Amino acid sequence: MRPYLAVMRTRCRLLLQYRAAAAAGLATQVAWGFLRLMILEAFYRAGGPAPMTLSQVSAYVWLGQAFLAMFPWNVDADVRDQVRTGSVAYELARPIDLYSLWFARALAMRTAPTLLRCVPLLAAALLLFGMPGPASATSFAWFSASMLLALLLACALTVILTASALWTISGDGASRLLAAVALSLSGNIAPLALLPDWLGRAVVLLPFSGIVDLPFRLYSGNIAPEGAWLVLLHQSVWTVVLVALGRSMVNRGMRRLTVMGG
Amino acid sequence: MRGVAGMIRSMRRYLRIYGRLAAASVRSQWQYRASFALYSASQLVATLAEFGAIWALYARFGSLPGWRLSEVAVLYGISNVAFALAEAGARGFDVFPGMVRTGDFDRLLLRPLPTAFQLAAHDVQIMRVGRLAQGAAILVWGCMGLGIGWDAARLTLLALCVVGGACIFAALFVLQATLAFWTIESLEVVNIVTYGGNQMAQYPLTIYRPWFRLFFTVAVPLAAINYVPLAALLSRPDLSGLPAPLNWLAPCVGAPFLAACLLIWKLGERHYASTGS
Repeated sequence: MRPYLAVMRTRCRLLLQYRAAAAAGLATQVAWGFLRLMILEAFYRAGGPAPMTLSQVSAYVWLGQAFLAMFPWNVDADVRDQVRTGSVAYELARPIDLYSLWFARALAMRTAPTLLRCVPLLAAALLLFGMPGPASATSFAWFSASMLLALLLACALTVILTASALWTISGDGASRLLAAVALSLSGNIAPLALLPDWLGRAVVLLPFSGIVDLPFRLYSGNIAPEGAWLVLLHQSVWTVVLVALGRSMVNRGMRRLTVMGG
Repeated sequence: MRGVAGMIRSMRRYLRIYGRLAAASVRSQWQYRASFALYSASQLVATLAEFGAIWALYARFGSLPGWRLSEVAVLYGISNVAFALAEAGARGFDVFPGMVRTGDFDRLLLRPLPTAFQLAAHDVQIMRVGRLAQGAAILVWGCMGLGIGWDAARLTLLALCVVGGACIFAALFVLQATLAFWTIESLEVVNIVTYGGNQMAQYPLTIYRPWFRLFFTVAVPLAAINYVPLAALLSRPDLSGLPAPLNWLAPCVGAPFLAACLLIWKLGERHYASTGS
């Protein structure tokens, strides 16, 4: 466990250096949050019945902006370059498990920028932009537990995206396609509860809802604490499945990898 | 008369050079066919999901008060086609901050062509066809659903909207790059007006709060390339509150907006001091 923790710690320290970029990103995410919220508000003015209240939507949108960096939307660029140049061979010489190493790097990549951005953004949203607090203390406890599982799920997907570089070598078309699909089905574009019922019910079963949609609905009480165990079960099952998938991808990819150069 | 003939000659020269450079980038990207196909597919998924969300919200709420889905589709289509056209030429401006950092920009200054032109012709991206195709399809679908007579004047206006929008988005990409003359790094904040502007323009302007509306009418005149001309297309001057002729002429602001941004680019270029060794 020690070497993986060390990798994660050093990666985090490196990623926390980019504070100016984080400030710029923060402004972008605030503006984007307002845009998304204004669009959804406009639909609510139609006045029809909806499975989410407007204040639940507001919490959902701001949480989405705060935890955007946690979403597995990109690959680990360093690992991709290692695969391209062949220096990934050095990693094989180390007495550590490659999948766990990549997972530890993913953990750093998903937490450090998120921590930097989510605290100020949530503070601003709660104090200035009218974001409602959690529905209750119980809801908040379940939300926190669920966010931890969401993080693991996001990392499992990140490693799968990264490992796809073992097949494509040049270009990151495959990982981009996967990320686009994941983003569309996660609730990041519109809350899944607002989709037509037949579609929403199907999409929620996929792993992507566990990173965005389900935890956010726990926060606002749109999913009551009594139903929280189902959310956590969904996330745990998918995490186990995706870790197994990623592990077999890494193993198989490394077996067929040809290292160029001398 | 001589001046006009000279201008046409130099324009033809630029077009020829642009064609050559674009063809070269297309050839180089065509070497990675699988990557090209996957990248286009990912763009198609992303943009389909965007319109899918609009459709889903219409299905859920019945309507956006006062707006039919076909009208929103026209707004969406104009904005996305314009954005995709601008994006194809924007790659050079995207990598430009890196050129400033490494000093590679010096090489561009040595060539006998305007730098902005060279950047626009740098690595023309054919991979943007995903957004272009999807935007065009939604635009055609929306136009057919409007239930208005499509005469020559309206078709011309629609073309003007797309060109004007491409000018504005291109101008924003230029402006984003220009800032790098001073900051030496790319500024993510500008994405609010590029990607955010595209997102904003997909919905009728009236749904937004007043400060937001004002910004996208006066500072970044994206309203002029789709919301205002929509009033002319639908023959509903009440939408914009402007005299009818202005609704027809609004998309023309794109060209001067681009010209102004290119002037700022020139200013930045004069400020440029090489970082290279």
